[in-house]
Amino acid sequence: MATTEHLLTSVEMARFVASGFHRMDAVVPPDLNERALAEFEGPLPRVAYGTPVAKAFPEGSFARALLEVPAVAGALRSLVGPDPEVDHHFVHVREPHEGSAQPLHADAIIDTRADAFDVQLMYYPHEVTGDMGGTLSVPGSHLRRTNESDTGRYQNLRGQSRLTCPAGTVVLLHHGIWHGGRRNDSGTRRYMYKIRFNPTVPQVRTWDAADLDDPAVAAELSRQFPWYETATGRLEVYNRVRLWRALTGNAAFDIDHWATRVANRPGRSA
Amino acid sequence: MKQQVLVLYLNTSALDADVVGWAFYDGTGRTSPTTGDGDVPPYGTGAEALRDGWRLFQASQLVPPYPGHEYDTSFLKHEFWFEKLV
Repeated sequence: MATTEHLLTSVEMARFVASGFHRMDAVVPPDLNERALAEFEGPLPRVAYGTPVAKAFPEGSFARALLEVPAVAGALRSLVGPDPEVDHHFVHVREPHEGSAQPLHADAIIDTRADAFDVQLMYYPHEVTGDMGGTLSVPGSHLRRTNESDTGRYQNLRGQSRLTCPAGTVVLLHHGIWHGGRRNDSGTRRYMYKIRFNPTVPQVRTWDAADLDDPAVAAELSRQFPWYETATGRLEVYNRVRLWRALTGNAAFDIDHWATRVANRPGRSA
Repeated sequence: MKQQVLVLYLNTSALDADVVGWAFYDGTGRTSPTTGDGDVPPYGTGAEALRDGWRLFQASQLVPPYPGHEYDTSFLKHEFWFEKLV
């Protein structure tokens, strides 16, 4: 499953740390998309929690083929590291005219890990148009400490993403991102195949870090999103600095002195 | 009379600050708002909603962070509830 090609750059990783997702449009070839739609009509093979990818998805299986798409393999390895385990997988369906949307939520339960994260793959085998209930997600929400659907009160947030995409699109998301299946107002079933991956190694410089000192890294990590309150948006940058320190192994990394300033206590040790 | 409820999330604790998020519940049953049903907020600020006849009935308190959690981020802080009786 390992690949050393198509790894993300540091700038792309920083963009993920800020936004909580990495989107790849139409990276899955049409023949595999057609195979996916046939596969999704039946039950998926059962996978026990924590199964290594190679065991969960044997050679020749649809899921293995999906994960061997070079762009998918490279991005996944960059984010979660080599040899991840499969947490679970599931086909999510939004039925035609089903009348309601999922409440905005983060999957599983509140997850306070500051130096590790799971990655969720969302794959769309067919084109998703605006009325088909494409996944709603909120860029930059992944570091918020909220539990599952306690965010269900939020119907709309400025800068939210209401997914439309071409067939064969894959989005990789941080486990904490707020999202939900939107109401499908069309006459077409909308499929999304999700796999959650757990890392098995420290997520440190798992990408192509040749551009680590590119000023664009700090620019990406400093990005604000339209739904942020200005004051809380500053805290988001502080928390991204902490995550970037963990991902790079550089405990001195900072942006505009945000983390350094509030830790400066000359002559004090306790 | 039926109640319509509008929830606005504002950029600061001031009622005339910009809207960053919103939700709407319609007691008349004439509309069925839901998650992710629009990208454009109904008003630019909380004060604009007042000028359009919405009555404010609740606003978030200002709660200091719990010690040790000053840098945590969680729910939106500045939540304002409005109603119309129609």
